Amino acid sequence: MKGFIHSIESFGAVDGPGIRLVVFLQGCILRCAYCHNPDTWKIGVGEEMTPGDIIEKYKRNRHFYKNGGITVSGGEPLLQLDFLTELFSIAKSEGIHTCIDTSGAVFDKKNSAKFDELIKYTDLVLLDLKHIDCTKHTKITGVGNKNVLEFAKYLDKNKVDVWIRHVVVPNLTDKEDDLIQLGKFIGTLQNVKALEVIPYHTYGVKKYSELGIQYRLEGTVSASQELAATARSYIISGIKCTYIK
Amino acid sequence: MNYMYDSWKGFEKGTWVNEINVRSFIKHNFTPYDGNEDFLEAPTERTMNLWEQVLELSKQEREAGGVLDMDTKVISTITSHAPGYLDKDKEQIVGFQTDKPFKRALMPYGGIRMAEKACKDNGYELDENVKEFFTTHRKTHNAGVFDAYTPEMRACRSSHIITGLPDAYGRGRIIGDYRRIALYGVDRLIEDKIEQKATTRSAMYSQVIRDREELAEQIRALEDLKKMAASYGFDISLPANNTKEAVQWLYFGYLAAVKEQNGAAMSLGRTSTFLDIYAERDLKNNVFTESELQEIIDHFIMKLRLIKFARTPEYNALFSGDPQWVTESIGGISIDGRHMVTKMSYRYLHTLENLGAAPEPNLTVLWSARLPENFKRFCAKISIETSSIQYENDDLMRFTHGDDYAIACCVSSMRVGKEMQFFGARANLAKCLLYAINGGVDEITGKQIAPEFRPITTEYLNYDEVMKKYDDMMEWLAGVYVNMLNIIHYMHDKYCYEKIQMALHDKNVTRWFATGIAGLSVVADSLSAIKYAKVKVIRNDAGLAVDYEVEGDFPKYGNDDDRVDKIAYDIVHRFMEHIRKNHTYRDSIPTTSILTITSNVVYGKNTGSTPDGRKCGEAFAPGANPMHRRDTNGAVASLASVSKLPFKDAQDGISNTFSIIPNALGKDDIVISGDLHADYLCENGACFSPTLFEGLDRD
Repeated sequence: MKGFIHSIESFGAVDGPGIRLVVFLQGCILRCAYCHNPDTWKIGVGEEMTPGDIIEKYKRNRHFYKNGGITVSGGEPLLQLDFLTELFSIAKSEGIHTCIDTSGAVFDKKNSAKFDELIKYTDLVLLDLKHIDCTKHTKITGVGNKNVLEFAKYLDKNKVDVWIRHVVVPNLTDKEDDLIQLGKFIGTLQNVKALEVIPYHTYGVKKYSELGIQYRLEGTVSASQELAATARSYIISGIKCTYIK
Repeated sequence: MNYMYDSWKGFEKGTWVNEINVRSFIKHNFTPYDGNEDFLEAPTERTMNLWEQVLELSKQEREAGGVLDMDTKVISTITSHAPGYLDKDKEQIVGFQTDKPFKRALMPYGGIRMAEKACKDNGYELDENVKEFFTTHRKTHNAGVFDAYTPEMRACRSSHIITGLPDAYGRGRIIGDYRRIALYGVDRLIEDKIEQKATTRSAMYSQVIRDREELAEQIRALEDLKKMAASYGFDISLPANNTKEAVQWLYFGYLAAVKEQNGAAMSLGRTSTFLDIYAERDLKNNVFTESELQEIIDHFIMKLRLIKFARTPEYNALFSGDPQWVTESIGGISIDGRHMVTKMSYRYLHTLENLGAAPEPNLTVLWSARLPENFKRFCAKISIETSSIQYENDDLMRFTHGDDYAIACCVSSMRVGKEMQFFGARANLAKCLLYAINGGVDEITGKQIAPEFRPITTEYLNYDEVMKKYDDMMEWLAGVYVNMLNIIHYMHDKYCYEKIQMALHDKNVTRWFATGIAGLSVVADSLSAIKYAKVKVIRNDAGLAVDYEVEGDFPKYGNDDDRVDKIAYDIVHRFMEHIRKNHTYRDSIPTTSILTITSNVVYGKNTGSTPDGRKCGEAFAPGANPMHRRDTNGAVASLASVSKLPFKDAQDGISNTFSIIPNALGKDDIVISGDLHADYLCENGACFSPTLFEGLDRD
């Protein structure tokens, strides 16, 4: 089996624990306003590689990844579920730590058999919760958050470790009420091992003009560390709220 | 003779007592330290006051255009100047190169023209008598070299296929074992040298004569060293009695070296663990407190920061700044398995906190996976705060150089007091490839530089044909290059001999013949383009290949792709084999380095367009780096490509410079809960302390 690969970063230090080989899969159904990888959106293109090719790349430099592993990001990795499952099953047989960086938006509760197979080989999920409100989630990404929240609950039920990620975009995803609500939801989950609040940056903007795509957040400035810290404290206050109840 | 001094009381005996052997002393006496940095002390008032004075003078120096004062008349020798002080009452460690701080010395033995130009370019006028003397009566290294160069060598020099030759200035890269002065005192070292001289062979071949003359020079330099120390009020004929004396004795040795030589790199050696033995003894006997010890080290490091040389703007352009390469090597692992980190290793690095960040001295940690965790963390912390620590791979170098080597300049490892090197320049392998294509004609000037080999005349380049011609051209280049270095080092020994530094070496020294190469990634990518894509030659009216068009994609060095990484390996190996075919001066052992850290810009400027698509004048990548933006798989893949290069052929060092935005090394805004231990995220240099989820533990 072959997967469509956008690119491979051999030194990933921000997508999961340790130094990791980060595989960016090609293709995504979301169109997030602040996406910094619009070049990964298109489905069915990219370099074709087998799981074995990727494991080989990992193994030849595995001493670098002593405390890390493989992270599959994208694009949306769950769009290539069979490929991902095969890659991770080989990885686990080699003792490699596995991690998925996903929005969860393609999860289908009624058809979860394939996900049951995938999570057998998954050590950690970086779950990006973009917005707690379904309407606003649609506005930001093009689709609602029903599947996302169901995926979060599914992972919780199956005791898969999760790091929650949230990107703070000024005037878009930084409202106190929304963040407290987000925290309250996170507080219902037992499997959350970390919370990562990421300040919005503009490194990806120039890709849009190269690709001839209009950038929806034109003029939005990068979020400061302070804004991220404030947002984080709102989310944590929400988490505490649920927990204390 | 039975050597025993009161100053050795409390030290464990070993072979070091009966012979000059600092390594044996360290091995028997050092105390590995596994603790953390909590014992360190803040700077004293004296230190802060002195440092403020230094900052003020530095400011004045900058405002004056880079040089505050310069000697234009007194020729610098070990004893040429009266003692100099910054603030005599406060300085715990004393000594400047001239009679005052920030005054640059006049050192014409490397070449009078360079010395004159250094004066002139900085707004000073060289004394007429000095100029006359060194032009008419006393020959310099530079004059000697140009007497012997062949026309071909001169052509190579002016076409820049060989660049950075130390033929007009001091070669540097020699490290005296300055620790010997502290441990043995100068008298004992003189005695040893006298004995060495008495035991040379008795048939007077030219080598023997040279040895005897050099030993006489060394003895004289040691006598001068004593005189210089005496002018500061110290008698260093006997061993040092305590830490402060040990630092002072050692520093006088280094000072003598930088008064005598304006070398391209004047490294200090590996002194911290040696000095720690004195500090441990003094702490035990209540001779000094921790604060006093730190003060001594702070003042010592302050002195090293003030080492200055008179140089020309061109020299500074080549090296991007005004570097001295006062390299000090810290840490590493001992052959017996113990790590060599001591409290003194911490104290040295702590100067970066007490005095602030600085590029000099070039504090270099000899890194091993087996260094103690506390020390690794401390290094990471200081690196994050100051960006002023260099790291080198002890696990790799210990294998060939043992556990008492130090770094000369930026990456060359030398056993201290036992090995020295004949350093020299870089062969521009990218230009060499263009010569192979153009039959030895320079692509920029159109002049015939190399022998008139048959050029390539086809429209598209054929890999096998290019490789064959390239190999022939490399063989020619290696020959000219080695012979130029032979001349340079012969003349340097003759006219600009490093008396005091060599006095602090053993009698039988291993000499490395340190060649260098530039443009490796350009060559690897060019050959890869020729092999895996199609490269069309663009010729000018005279038929000279001046540009190339690449059709299609090709594997690029720096992506962990064996197809091109193998080419890079092969080029280094082949070139080194060609180097080895040549006779090298004084039975030196040839090696090479791939480590243009700053001069890659200048090399690129003087090289025409290359078959990898690089345009005429564009900078090369530094050292063994991939070309800019051609490594598209991240740092590990890039490092993997570099790590495939043969270290056995390039023992003088391989460099890969990479910078990374701090956020890409990890995050400090992540909140961790429950069983994810903080340490989990604290590996491999990226170290941050996550705030723990307070009150959220679910158990």
